[in-house]
Amino acid sequence: MTTTQERLTPQPPSWLGIPPFPEAVKEELAKAEQRKNLRHATGTIRTKRLLRAAEVDNWEELRTAAAEIKDRVGRHLDTYLVQAEKAMTEAGVTVHWARDGAEANRIVAEIAKAKGVDEVVKIKSMVTQEIDLNEALEQEGIAAWETDLAELIVQLGHDLPSHILVPAIHRNRSEVREIFTTEMGTYGTPAPEGISDDPGELTNAARAHLREKFLRSKMAVSGGNFIVAETGTLVIVESEGNGRMCLTLPETLVSVVGIEKILPTIEDLEVFLKLLPRSSTAERMNPYTSLWTGVTPGDGPQDLHVVLLDNGRSNVLADPVGRAALRCIRCSACLNVCPVYERVGGHAYGSMYPGPIGAILGPQLRGLEEERDRALPFASTLCGACNEVCPVRIPFTDILVHLRNKVVDYKTSKHPTIEQGLMKGAAWVMKDGTHLSSAQTATRTAGRIFKDKWLGPMPIPLAERWLQARDVEPPPTETFRQWWKKNREGENR
Amino acid sequence: MSAREEVLSRIRKATTDVKTVDPALDVPVHWTYGRALATTDVLGDFVEKVEDYKARVVRVASDGVGDAIVDALRELGATSTVLPDGIPDGWAESLSAAGVEIHRDEPQLTHAQLNVIDAVVTTAAVGMADSGTIALDHGPGQGRRALSLLPDRHVCVVRSDQVVSDVPEGIARLAPALRARHPVTWLSGGSATSDIELSRVEGVHGPRHLWVILVD
Repeated sequence: MTTTQERLTPQPPSWLGIPPFPEAVKEELAKAEQRKNLRHATGTIRTKRLLRAAEVDNWEELRTAAAEIKDRVGRHLDTYLVQAEKAMTEAGVTVHWARDGAEANRIVAEIAKAKGVDEVVKIKSMVTQEIDLNEALEQEGIAAWETDLAELIVQLGHDLPSHILVPAIHRNRSEVREIFTTEMGTYGTPAPEGISDDPGELTNAARAHLREKFLRSKMAVSGGNFIVAETGTLVIVESEGNGRMCLTLPETLVSVVGIEKILPTIEDLEVFLKLLPRSSTAERMNPYTSLWTGVTPGDGPQDLHVVLLDNGRSNVLADPVGRAALRCIRCSACLNVCPVYERVGGHAYGSMYPGPIGAILGPQLRGLEEERDRALPFASTLCGACNEVCPVRIPFTDILVHLRNKVVDYKTSKHPTIEQGLMKGAAWVMKDGTHLSSAQTATRTAGRIFKDKWLGPMPIPLAERWLQARDVEPPPTETFRQWWKKNREGENR
Repeated sequence: MSAREEVLSRIRKATTDVKTVDPALDVPVHWTYGRALATTDVLGDFVEKVEDYKARVVRVASDGVGDAIVDALRELGATSTVLPDGIPDGWAESLSAAGVEIHRDEPQLTHAQLNVIDAVVTTAAVGMADSGTIALDHGPGQGRRALSLLPDRHVCVVRSDQVVSDVPEGIARLAPALRARHPVTWLSGGSATSDIELSRVEGVHGPRHLWVILVD
């Protein structure tokens, strides 16, 4: 392929262009419209989720069961994967394994080429975002069309997703209208002339735009919410029916699924199909759930493939504290409840997994080699709201603290830092009363020098930036110990 | 080493701390499967929850189904419908008598043909009251999956003995079909999206209208 060849699908920006979290937030926080959109959206869904969870008497019991089932799967993943592979193969599915994203992308592209297709329709899938499948297919001359409404808004908007469930949550209706009127016509059926910003009208435009693609596409690519190991059943949970279209109409279906998505038995579905919709869209049940077990002659795709993807998941599994992150069922309740996410939005996290789950999953999947991943465990106030809403009881704050520790270890293993020196000094001071008194002699002296003068900006390493925005009282000329000696010692109380 | 062997060996290395071989002994699951809810009026709950999704529900006696389907199609503005194999002859006769154009899936209709048929009439496998969910196992009367997907209006006939209180009972009823590798589709209202400002819009790609006939 030559560099001058025209693109088939809208060019997205790259995650790599986003600076580490502490830098990125500055820009994101300045986007007033985005903050307004996010406050409205997360507020609405938080209230609804509470209502739907409260309707279920044994909600807490369900959460415990879900956590236990997922832990069971994680701790015995090799057994369940082999079982699932066998069941799927017997049902007529071709099972592929992929060590990483590049390998999975290659497998999907090869299937497409073998089928002679130059376009695929896609069901919204986090895992194909994770491996950047669309761009890999574009490079191979295959157009990947997103069919979920929010993903369509993101794709046509040359944008990046900012939420696990509602990737275009940062966009309001008039922005969507603008994107549809300018972009739809370039890639298929255009938006109707004079379309308003009414969500119903916009949705109808998407229906017409995509119907054409559904009816002509020969191949679809999906993710998967669950694979039942016992039967090899795949489950996809969705709202719009674009999923059913992709799972039913094309001749070939490739599902790329993370290895942690296994459930042991059919019966386990009852736990997750109660928890997931109420936690994600805050509905009693999502409009459509599709379950299929291999090829059904005369019904749906006759050529089924499943790509079981590792891409860092086995690294997550290797950490007994961090592995609880693999319980995640991508509901996004932790995003909606997070005070940090609500204000900065999804893009600042620098990956398709934003919010609390992104802060614990991203650095574990990708490792700590890059600065953006080392910054993520700190993108939290540790308020713990995510712990409370998580339907699979992921202990977010425990994992965040654990990862902060790992980040510090990583940094100090490279070179000792000023903080480390200060902490060492503080440890020496605190270790012994006599050490403390000698340190206090120094602070008293400083106090006498400054007298009543407040401390402003000063060129002291580390403290310098802190003092830029704050004034501090001078150190006291008398320590508490001296005061006690003078005023209290010897009193019989 | 193949990708399969490598991924499995990574997983085994990552879980060397797991000493108990039997998954059920290693991590017990504190859950009783297949339990019913204590709902007193299961059918009433089912109707309420399905209507909550803006779907229409009518309740009829078993001899009134044919007429109820005719009424549904008329009100939905449908003049043509596809009927899957296994739909009772009596229903088809009511539809013909009312002048509805009937399409059969024999030989299989193309997607383009299905796309321009106004409606589909199906039976169902299970109804789950608490979540207002109808499950199709695509057995007789329900047709292959494309039939209940491409036409814009879905009239679904559910027998009251098919309705259970909640999802766990529903899964228990569907388990044999799933183990027999039947595809299964759950419908909870018509298709919907909340992708623009989280404001719910009914009707995207799936049938935009779901009409449920509950047979007492």
